[in-house]
Amino acid sequence: MNTRTISVLVENHSGTLSRISGLFASRGYNIASLTVGETEDQSISRMTIVVEGDEAIIEQVVKQLNKLIDVIKVIDFEGSPVIEREFILVRVDSTKSSRHEIIELADLFGAKVAYVGASSITFELSAPCEIVNDFIGLIKPYGVKELIRTGKVAMAQTRK
Amino acid sequence: MKKKGAEILVDALIKEGVDVLFGYPGGQAIPIFDALYDAKDLTVVLVRHEQAAAHAADGYARATGKVGVCLATSGPGATNLVTGLANAYLDSIPMVAVTGQVATPYLGTDAFQEADMVGISRPVTKHNFLVKDVKELPLILKQAFYIARTGRPGPVLVDLPADVSRAVLDDYEYPREVSMRSYKPTVVGHPRQIEKAAGLIKTAKKPMIYAGGGVITSGAHAELFELAIKLNAPVTLTLMGLGAFPGEHELFMGMPGMHGSKTANMAFQEADVIISVGVRFDDRVTGHVGSFAPKAKIIHLDIDPAAISKIVRVDIPVVGDAKNILAALNKLVSPREPSEWNETIKKWKDGRLFSYKHSDKTIKPQYVIEQLYKLTKDSDTLIATEVGQHQMWTAQYYKFTRPRSFLSSGGLGTMGFGLPAAMGASLGLGRRDVVNVAGDGSIQMNIQELATISINRIPVKIVILNNEYLGMVRQWQEMFWNKRYSSTCLRGGTLCDECKGPGHCKINYVPDFVRLAESYGIPGFRATQHADVEHVLKQGLDTDGPALMEFAVAKEENVFPMVPAGKPLDQVMEEL
Repeated sequence: MNTRTISVLVENHSGTLSRISGLFASRGYNIASLTVGETEDQSISRMTIVVEGDEAIIEQVVKQLNKLIDVIKVIDFEGSPVIEREFILVRVDSTKSSRHEIIELADLFGAKVAYVGASSITFELSAPCEIVNDFIGLIKPYGVKELIRTGKVAMAQTRK
Repeated sequence: MKKKGAEILVDALIKEGVDVLFGYPGGQAIPIFDALYDAKDLTVVLVRHEQAAAHAADGYARATGKVGVCLATSGPGATNLVTGLANAYLDSIPMVAVTGQVATPYLGTDAFQEADMVGISRPVTKHNFLVKDVKELPLILKQAFYIARTGRPGPVLVDLPADVSRAVLDDYEYPREVSMRSYKPTVVGHPRQIEKAAGLIKTAKKPMIYAGGGVITSGAHAELFELAIKLNAPVTLTLMGLGAFPGEHELFMGMPGMHGSKTANMAFQEADVIISVGVRFDDRVTGHVGSFAPKAKIIHLDIDPAAISKIVRVDIPVVGDAKNILAALNKLVSPREPSEWNETIKKWKDGRLFSYKHSDKTIKPQYVIEQLYKLTKDSDTLIATEVGQHQMWTAQYYKFTRPRSFLSSGGLGTMGFGLPAAMGASLGLGRRDVVNVAGDGSIQMNIQELATISINRIPVKIVILNNEYLGMVRQWQEMFWNKRYSSTCLRGGTLCDECKGPGHCKINYVPDFVRLAESYGIPGFRATQHADVEHVLKQGLDTDGPALMEFAVAKEENVFPMVPAGKPLDQVMEEL
């Protein structure tokens, strides 16, 4: 399934998130991930939404988002250079014998050790989504006990 | 100025130009109704069910072009508005609904008569507000009216907790202007897009105009007329657009789509350029989307960017208000002489757009509409409908010539809309006569409003085409479900023996509509044979104030032509 990353600047009101998520639910659009937080202007929140769908669906998603009264701006990142990151916490099984190998692997990805327990290690990693996916794929065989992904955040390389 | 929340609401309503509003009180709305008690410039109409308050506000808005206002209490009062909100939302009708709410400390506690109205109404409103502080109230009300009436209009709900209604604001002033960074509708069409549209129109050999409710909202009927005449382009109007172009004009092709004229549907399939204005390519218009208008390049003028290429991909979109775009377009296009295309349209039309088999024995419902047209066409009477077969016959056989003269639930298809909408429209226009054409099924969905109409002497003339069935569903059952009339006979019930079909039933039909009307103090008249029709219509229409006319019409009459759902527009069924 095609995905597209869009950034939505919204009024920082209570209820705005439910308007956005409600729009996706009622019109049958799929969200792969959604992150939300305040921006440099406290009255504005920024949502980064990864949407699944073909070109026509994405076009409608953008138009319908724009139509919501609380939406100030919708930025479709398609075709423009962006900085994108996702942050994860992942707890992996580890034994005396595997610990060294796992840490070495994590090192290659720039993941940091967040916590070391008796039988597991927790890593943190902030990286582009593909790298996060690769890291999870390689670490899986060791036994992933728990995984938390924040979802993608993205920002244009330069301000248009 | 010092004012309580409820007084602020009343002041805002007056400043926004509201003269009539429709409501029903309840515990959490008492402060609001208390403030309205002293408001001399506002007429508050007490309805008999909140759904009717919403439809009445909707009818008021359709007839006048102003924002309609309805008012209900929290919980069940507010949830009863939901159908009316959805109805207004789908037809883009400017409305503000104010609901009482439990006091803010009780919000979210499942308090008595608490319902999350902002949550419930979100998908059926253009926007909504929960007012948590009286300080926010003036701006919220200003924004509510602004949002409701601008851009693509729609209903806005303001949920007003009782403590906010009672709270006092020391330095109240109603905002004069409003500007929202997150809401700036595009009004003026892009000149380059308009030029492109004009360029395409120049190349057209078989142009047609497909216009809808947006023309009426925008007040663009004169500009539309000019364009049609200049181009000699045939015009089809959607259900929502009826009245935006004269129904008797030779360029008029009637309504398109499922129960539209064959002429309009054939034109879609043959046209090379379609000028679409204020329409949304509804499935009841397009039929099978993949086969829709196969030979045409499509121009689409609409104020809502999200309506562009939503269902059918268009070639030249122009976003903005229809009136100014059409005015600009009219300056750019050059006159087009009538051509072979016009001859083809004339041939398809063959002197009439719709036809039925006449009878002088039974009352044909279409005949009643034709007679109604004959008797009211020279007056300023408005026509409202409920939803079903009678609605389609009205759309087909009544030749609407003025915008805002036809009030019908297009998008949501809400049975029970017509009666309250008619009373709202009438009061909005200083007690104008409004005929509500109804079926015997749908009239019963808000029949309690006979009380409102009677007590307030609202000149609503009710025409019931009684076929003793939920006719439209029965028609589908006849055509597509092996005549299995499941739950569509309005005589039948759980005590029926084996059913031998229409005309063999010994069960009495209830209610007796004439006696029902009379019990409300409304004169009732009944026609049971063809020869009575004109006389009964005259009796009802000549009655001062409200009247009810019942016509015992042919029981199994069907609406034709019909393009079955999801079929291409050229697969028209003209009879069984």
